Amino acid sequence: MMQDEKVPLWRDSRVIKIVGQAVVLAMVIAAIAFLGNNLVNNFQRLNLTFGFNFLDRSTSFGISNPPIEFSPTDPYIRALLIGLLNSLRVMFFGIIIATILGITVGISRLSDNWLVRNLAFAYVEILRNTPLLLQLFFWYFAVFLQLPRIDRPLVVGNLLFLTNRGLDVPWFITSGQTWLTLGCIVGCILLGILAWNKRIKAVEQGQNPQLWVWLLAGSAIATILLFIFGIDWAVPQLQNNSITGGLNLSPEFATLLVGLGIYTAAFIAEVVRAGIQSVSQGQWEAAKALGLNSSTMMQLVIFPQALRVMIPPLTSEFLNLAKNSSLAIAIGYSDIYAIGNTISNQTGKAVEVLLIIMLTYLTINLIISLVMNRFNSLVQLKER
Amino acid sequence: MSVWITLKQKLSPIFLALVLITIGNGCGNNNAETNGEEASDSRLGIIQNRGNLVCGVNGQLPGFSFVDENGEYSGMDVDICRAVASALFGDPAQVEFRDLSTQERFTAVQSGEVDLLSRNTTWTISRDTSVGMEFAPTTFYDGQGLLVTKASNIQGLEDLDGQSVCVLSGTTNEQNLADRMRKLGLNYSPVVLEDVDLLYGAYEQGRCEAATSDRSQLVARRAVLAQPDDHEVLDLVLSKEPLGPLTANGDTQWSDAVKWVTYALIQAEELGINSQNIDSFADTEDPTIRRFLGLEGNLGEDMGLPNDFAQNIVRNVGNYGEIYQRNIGQPFNLERGLNALWTDGGLMYSPPFR
Repeated sequence: MMQDEKVPLWRDSRVIKIVGQAVVLAMVIAAIAFLGNNLVNNFQRLNLTFGFNFLDRSTSFGISNPPIEFSPTDPYIRALLIGLLNSLRVMFFGIIIATILGITVGISRLSDNWLVRNLAFAYVEILRNTPLLLQLFFWYFAVFLQLPRIDRPLVVGNLLFLTNRGLDVPWFITSGQTWLTLGCIVGCILLGILAWNKRIKAVEQGQNPQLWVWLLAGSAIATILLFIFGIDWAVPQLQNNSITGGLNLSPEFATLLVGLGIYTAAFIAEVVRAGIQSVSQGQWEAAKALGLNSSTMMQLVIFPQALRVMIPPLTSEFLNLAKNSSLAIAIGYSDIYAIGNTISNQTGKAVEVLLIIMLTYLTINLIISLVMNRFNSLVQLKER
Repeated sequence: MSVWITLKQKLSPIFLALVLITIGNGCGNNNAETNGEEASDSRLGIIQNRGNLVCGVNGQLPGFSFVDENGEYSGMDVDICRAVASALFGDPAQVEFRDLSTQERFTAVQSGEVDLLSRNTTWTISRDTSVGMEFAPTTFYDGQGLLVTKASNIQGLEDLDGQSVCVLSGTTNEQNLADRMRKLGLNYSPVVLEDVDLLYGAYEQGRCEAATSDRSQLVARRAVLAQPDDHEVLDLVLSKEPLGPLTANGDTQWSDAVKWVTYALIQAEELGINSQNIDSFADTEDPTIRRFLGLEGNLGEDMGLPNDFAQNIVRNVGNYGEIYQRNIGQPFNLERGLNALWTDGGLMYSPPFR
């Protein structure tokens, strides 16, 4: 008994902590229970059932340009898989385009050249301050659908066909010959790398590198020849207002890729600029004092240090790009969101499809975060 | 085309599914609490208390539901909504229209965002059962067709081998096309768009060789293309598309009301009653007409509607023939065909009002 020190219960910090947590937990549980109860009630009211059995049923709709084979008899789950592959395709190439363009524009923002600096400035401000959906419509209607119509295609050397139905390029047929050739090409490239290393070593040790140079040149020529003649190419051909063979990159895909890439690049440019400006003036001066020219200085001194600051915000931009890819539905690109939407419309399974889509985006974004965090820890200063 | 409408459309299926199925259960709760009293149990009672009808429409389809530059709605689907409002309140203006995309429509009904969907929707078995809808009688018998440019020389589906076809997502058209092409063993690449305006925009730009939809829709949209004469709707019917209004499953009182309002339009035409001559029937001796107009018996009251509901409908909106003529027959020169009364060789047939 410590009568003299007795603190009332409502002012006891230990009690408050526990009670506070219990109250918050109870509120969260109550909210979930309330929503769950509503869901169950409403399902009952509408005579609907909850379940994922519908995923085995056949879709009976078509998907254009599927990355893997698809026919309307395939089940919904395969349609979702195609949607996922289409989404991943846009995210992957979109991130690459956005990063390259963003870094270029970001560095240009700090250029000494007035024109370059202000062009980069205009790029960032215009693209950052208009809605992405508007930009997508612009790319779709004002650019890609204005390309030549199918009856008057733009042909480059009978290999490339550019129309408002997409860009048709030669593509390899997955045959035994193609795989064999691809194997040989990998072999040639490995041989080339080996020759390169041997040549450097030979030069360092003062021997004659002639042999290795010849080997290097030989493997390069072999690679090119194999690439052109060895692979089983399917060349696009125009007949009866349709192009068959080869790979078709649809205007919808192009719109989304270009739209997302260019839009996100504007944000990345600002991240890059901020990163570069965060490197202290002393580093610039020190690099100049060593006599480095401006590109070497950027490459070896400034950029690696800026990278440490840039990666966390860059991760956010990549995540944004991944999520923004769901705007595909507005321009008719079959990403997972668009396909999920069609499925929920056909089956009435809105809640189930919603869950699948949410989990998919969550997983993709967690993977992006994981990779970027790993990269982040690699470039951080190693403290010993 | 407004970007914001599309943004709204893009987001709302998910928004509706999440928010309304989980939270918006006003009537779900009412169900549990007022089980004894039937009137407030049904959506019919809720609408009557609210004082207006919320009706989901297309909004982009001339002839069925179209918003003009003054924000006025017109079309056959719109008139069905007005007929229901007339039956409920005696006033065709007590309707609030909601534009819905093909993707949003069923979720909007399931969640109770709209009381009634009158949006050129095809009656199919899966929509009636697993999607949880309750269809009122068909108001327009349609079939799927193809819109092509005259220059393309396309005569039928065979000519579409390897071509791209523009189609609206989430429609029966999308599935019918897949079925028909599969049956013929043809390849095609569907360009699946979500917005009607966007779809015909892309078609006009030559993104696809053909656009497919219900024939009435193709005829109506062809009329508003930049060069209507360069395009034609092929004389080819790919499917049966019975279009009609619908409500959510599991509320018989409300769906019965919608069903019989629809039948009343057809019955009025069969009885020869229209908005012009209705007053001359005030002292008719014909018991069928007297019952129909609510001058004797209590057909309306038993259903939970005013007894003179049919009178109000015909007076305010007209009978089925007038609605057809006003919205589709006269503007697009479309014959009644299957949509004629059964007495004229069509399929429009109302069970007796008895």
